[in-house]
Amino acid sequence: MNNSELIAVLASILLQASPLMIAVMGETISERAGMINLSLDGTMLLSAMAGFIAAYETGNVWLGFLAAMIVGAFFALIIAFGTINLKQSQVAIGFVLTILGDDLSAFLGQNYTRLPGPTLGRYSVPILRDIPILGDLLFNQNVVFYIAVLLTIFVWWFLNKTQPGLQLRSVGERPEAAFARGVNVNLIRYAYSIAGGALVGFAGAAYSLAIKIGWSEGHTRGIGWIALAIVIFGGWAPIRGAFGAILFGATKTLATVLQSKFPEVSVVAFNAIPWILMIFVLLLVSNEWVEDMILKLPKRFHRPLRKFLRVSPPLALGEEFEKK
Amino acid sequence: MKEKLKKFYILIPVLGALLFISILLIIFGTSPIEAFSAILNGAFGSQQKFLNTSAFWVPLLLASTGLLVTFSAGLWNIGIEGQIVMGALAASAVALNVEASKPVMLTLEILAAMGAGGLWAGFTALLKTKGKVNEIFGGLALTNLSIILTNYMISGPWQPPEGGTFRGTAPFASEALFPLLASSKFSPLALILSISALALVGFILSNTYFGLKLKSLGKNHYSAFLLGVSSDKEVFLSMAFCGALAGLGGAVRVLSWFDSLRQSISGGIGYLALLVVMLAAYRVILVPFIAFFFSSILTGSISLQLKTQLHSSLGGILTGVMVLFVILFGDRKKIFKKKMDQNNE
Repeated sequence: MNNSELIAVLASILLQASPLMIAVMGETISERAGMINLSLDGTMLLSAMAGFIAAYETGNVWLGFLAAMIVGAFFALIIAFGTINLKQSQVAIGFVLTILGDDLSAFLGQNYTRLPGPTLGRYSVPILRDIPILGDLLFNQNVVFYIAVLLTIFVWWFLNKTQPGLQLRSVGERPEAAFARGVNVNLIRYAYSIAGGALVGFAGAAYSLAIKIGWSEGHTRGIGWIALAIVIFGGWAPIRGAFGAILFGATKTLATVLQSKFPEVSVVAFNAIPWILMIFVLLLVSNEWVEDMILKLPKRFHRPLRKFLRVSPPLALGEEFEKK
Repeated sequence: MKEKLKKFYILIPVLGALLFISILLIIFGTSPIEAFSAILNGAFGSQQKFLNTSAFWVPLLLASTGLLVTFSAGLWNIGIEGQIVMGALAASAVALNVEASKPVMLTLEILAAMGAGGLWAGFTALLKTKGKVNEIFGGLALTNLSIILTNYMISGPWQPPEGGTFRGTAPFASEALFPLLASSKFSPLALILSISALALVGFILSNTYFGLKLKSLGKNHYSAFLLGVSSDKEVFLSMAFCGALAGLGGAVRVLSWFDSLRQSISGGIGYLALLVVMLAAYRVILVPFIAFFFSSILTGSISLQLKTQLHSSLGGILTGVMVLFVILFGDRKKIFKKKMDQNNE
């Protein structure tokens, strides 16, 4: 493999990772506020479909993304309403919406399969694109990539450096304490669930309008679940979540590369890579024996390794909040 | 009078779901009455159709019965879809590689399917108890691996001799298949197995110490701990039990619904079973009726597609919306609790 091939492979990994990064950011802010949106797989399918149809009918890609964001926000709204107002289980509603989103996308999109439609293309950043290697890798990419990177940086900054970000984290960690300080816990949870859902919707449309262009039944099936697993692997932190997305984006590209290198192995076998990786990374971040192994190492490695490998969820994740 | 009315409260979300579907149908230029009657006709229109609806019902009932056990233990066995697929794979492996008389074949196929389904669920349980991987994620990853394994077998080692179409294996020998009723896909033997499983689960859950332990585990992990319930063991046993029933359901799919291993062999029956048990609010007695109701909607919507070209996912939407509305609005106690609290003040 020569240099330009290598750069092409790396650029393709970043492109494959971009919509995953966006979905992971959406789910991260929702879960950091304490709200699990389990419906990601269904939400992304339905928004990929809605985004494609809206863009196809209007001829405008951005209207497609807008429609997808509305779909994503609406599903998140159902979960927020069902859990905050009606006190039902987040997992139960999320699961039903997963199945429903899948079926609805197949039904509503039945007349729009395999059609050519408008797409979001590549944009070269002037000047920066001329930097050797990095220029081709980072500044001659699809617009979705720039959005994903800027969003990741923004979410990191928002969560860790701003007052509203602190408030967001407080309702996900210690809602009683936040309430005692005058924070309207449920209102904040509504707001960030909906915002997170809209981002997930955007990610769905990123597939049908930029990464895996067009619409067909089950277009993004499975990707929502991978995004949910990345949020856990990422330890509910944006930068780490983005690296998780790149890791999984790499499996897609890896499968394509391996396929061309080993044509005798069945195409089907390579599809298994992301799911094996999913089990592996979840074992790594939550397993007890990882902790045992860390403890066997010299003491000065404990803290950095634990920070690198171990994660813990927001304390009030998935729990309802009631004013006392 | 008011009490009587309250009993029918559950109908409101169901009617809401029908209304939602009707609006959808009108948007797609189909008369809802025509569509619903086509679904009914597709499910019950003739003896043959009724038997095929029942044939769809049997594996769904098996999977739902298994889920009653895992839900009692407070587990989200979303990986049940993969357990069905593994059961189908194991039954196919026996069907393709063993030659024996029908009773021997069926016994081997059923045992292999239950073993494979139980094993797959057992993996999910071990990932949860030993590896702290949530059963939802472990189960989903294993489901996808089982589907990939199926596709691999179909496109590779088990390719039919006349060349692979990627769609399925060659039909199995007739000794390998369940005895069917009146040239339908319905197998009375499979029905007997699934009804016995349901009765067994009903008995275990309400009359045995194991059932009590499971329920205490599902209701409250801390009180289960105080009772001395080792939750790891119960998690494994309940998952493996559910997986074995799901695996049997997979065998019924390949050996009666189809006659070979196909690409989407489960066809979402596992996910549908989760909806059945959620709609039944985990009550054993309601499960067979709701499972049959769902089976008629699903088989009916397949014939609706043949008739009107409307995508058969309509059936899935109808069941999904129904369950969503019942979860959201079906529990009148919870919804009215606020009001009652206010009245008491």
